[in-house]
Amino acid sequence: MSNLLDLLVAGLATGAIYALVAVGFTLLWQTSQTINFAQGEFVMLPAFLMLAVMHAGAPFWLAIIAGIVLSLLLLGLGFKLLLVDPMLRHGVLPLAIATMALAIGMKEAVKQFFSAEASPFPSIVPAGDVSILGRVVSLQSLGVLALAIAVVIGLTMLLNRTSIGHQMQATAQNPTVARIIGVPVERMILLTFLINAFLVALASLLITPIYLAKFSSGEVLGQAAFIAAIVGGFNQVRGAIAGGLLIGVVDNLAAAYVSTQYRAAVPMVLLIVIILFRPQGLLGRPEERTV
Amino acid sequence: MRSGFFAGLLLATVSTTAAFAQGAPIKLADVAELSGGGATVGNNWKNGIDLAIEEINAKGGVLGRKLEVTHADSQSNPGVARAQVQKALDNEPYVLLGPGYSGSVKVTSPLAAEAGITQIMGGEAAELTQGGNKFLFRTSFGQQSSMPKVAKYINDELKAKSVAVVWVNNDFGKGGRDVITKEFAKYNIKVAADLSTEAGQADFAADVSKIKAAAPDAVFIYLNEEESARILKELKRQAVTVPLMGETTLVGQKVVELAGDAANGARGHVGLTTDAPVDLVKAFREKFVKKYNYVPDHNGLKGYLAIYMIKATTDKMGKVDAKKFADTLHGLTIKAASEPGILMDVTFDEKGDIDRQGFLVEIVEGKQVVKQVLPKLN
Repeated sequence: MSNLLDLLVAGLATGAIYALVAVGFTLLWQTSQTINFAQGEFVMLPAFLMLAVMHAGAPFWLAIIAGIVLSLLLLGLGFKLLLVDPMLRHGVLPLAIATMALAIGMKEAVKQFFSAEASPFPSIVPAGDVSILGRVVSLQSLGVLALAIAVVIGLTMLLNRTSIGHQMQATAQNPTVARIIGVPVERMILLTFLINAFLVALASLLITPIYLAKFSSGEVLGQAAFIAAIVGGFNQVRGAIAGGLLIGVVDNLAAAYVSTQYRAAVPMVLLIVIILFRPQGLLGRPEERTV
Repeated sequence: MRSGFFAGLLLATVSTTAAFAQGAPIKLADVAELSGGGATVGNNWKNGIDLAIEEINAKGGVLGRKLEVTHADSQSNPGVARAQVQKALDNEPYVLLGPGYSGSVKVTSPLAAEAGITQIMGGEAAELTQGGNKFLFRTSFGQQSSMPKVAKYINDELKAKSVAVVWVNNDFGKGGRDVITKEFAKYNIKVAADLSTEAGQADFAADVSKIKAAAPDAVFIYLNEEESARILKELKRQAVTVPLMGETTLVGQKVVELAGDAANGARGHVGLTTDAPVDLVKAFREKFVKKYNYVPDHNGLKGYLAIYMIKATTDKMGKVDAKKFADTLHGLTIKAASEPGILMDVTFDEKGDIDRQGFLVEIVEGKQVVKQVLPKLN
């Protein structure tokens, strides 16, 4: 039982990060009806941006700020203006393929200009342990979980409780109608991209101390978050959050109680089961095809 | 037109004659893990090779001929390694260098043997030299040499009665796991948990939870460098305080760099370390750091030694003869006094296995500290 608590806390901490990344899939889907196959690499890159700033002699806190700002510019503004906008004119499929190319380009660029080897990355959560229900639980797991949950709550409140959030949702649901009723649709779409860039930068900050900074680290994260988004519901932010937490926990429990060798297969099985019995995901809503 | 042809022929003849007079370069081929999961292994190996070649060429080369190496990337993938080795062998190198991963060595060594080309590699899986391949040579101890020392240390020094074994599910990891568990049986040490993990695995939370649940007296970790660092961080995160023991990859410089404080206290047997209390090794470390601006792990030493193995063997033959190379290296003892690049006295047996000093090290405040020097067996 006590072992189960350790597994749950660790699984939720990892799952919360998956959730941050999965939300990005959802946001882009809602605004442009496409999938960003470079989302995992979007999590990988900010860590290297921060490392580059630190290598230039800046302290960690300044590197974090610089990393987030650079992520907003490159992965938010730049991604929208230089890739999504031009490619979306040609349809959703060319854009999806372009994001695959972007993923490869980002990985190779980091490998070429930084290193193919893993690099250590400092943690914003201090090392140490706390005692919960008689068990020693790592402060880092709790910190990652708390930070990720705080961001998710903040995002949910932004979307549901603020005027900007309502405008973003209106834009996602029907941009034409939103434009007619005076919503600055372009600005809302841009905001969505910036939020995604912020989320991936935060996910990068939280997960890289554990996974280490490596050019290929986005592959694992991108795949886990993609599964999480589908399991939770691709068109619902709350679905992506639930999916992320679920995948994190299921992955850990499977590794402990089923087999470490087959742990990667368990989320895939879950994905197949969900697609078969609830194609819209656990919390997603069915999308009707228009003709 | 005809005069142009003859002029060209003359020029080519003169150039070729001049090249033979100086000695055409001796071609070496290296296939290593320059990217992928074994990038740390491959890049250290490559840098060690380049450093040795630079030194030897600066002093006039081997028997008056320069060494020339081509590096190919196996991408840490045995399938790619096999293709790269085939390509390298097509160019008829004097000696084949690498790969570092046992799985890649396993699939490439038959190719080199078939071509009659000596392969000097970094793999440590016990089985590699057990199959009678006369062209395969190690730069480091095989598991059959190192694991008995590790098991003895766990029994004699740690007094452990039960040990959790964590291994990476590939030829390297499985080979090590099989040998160490057999050795544990000799000492009646119980395997409290037998955990297979995947190469490139990022999250070790569940594995460490299992270790905690098994409550062993010690943990034996046999993973590649990056995964070693990740599990050390997770062990610290989950407050596992029993001794952590490994072999070479657990206590490498890269692991220390990646794991930070979490590496402190980890112990391991290493065949090669830049912290060895050996003057020639210290000098190598200085040269390497000066050239590459970082401290190499044992793979840097392996690459460096591989080149000096080639030099010493060729000097012994007195000629560059790829076909006789392996025969000459079998049973050869290279003394550091006569060939300083070999760093320590070393002997190669009939299987291509190596005999020399080994070291038991512990990570103390982020640095490898040699606790014991284990002498050369013969």
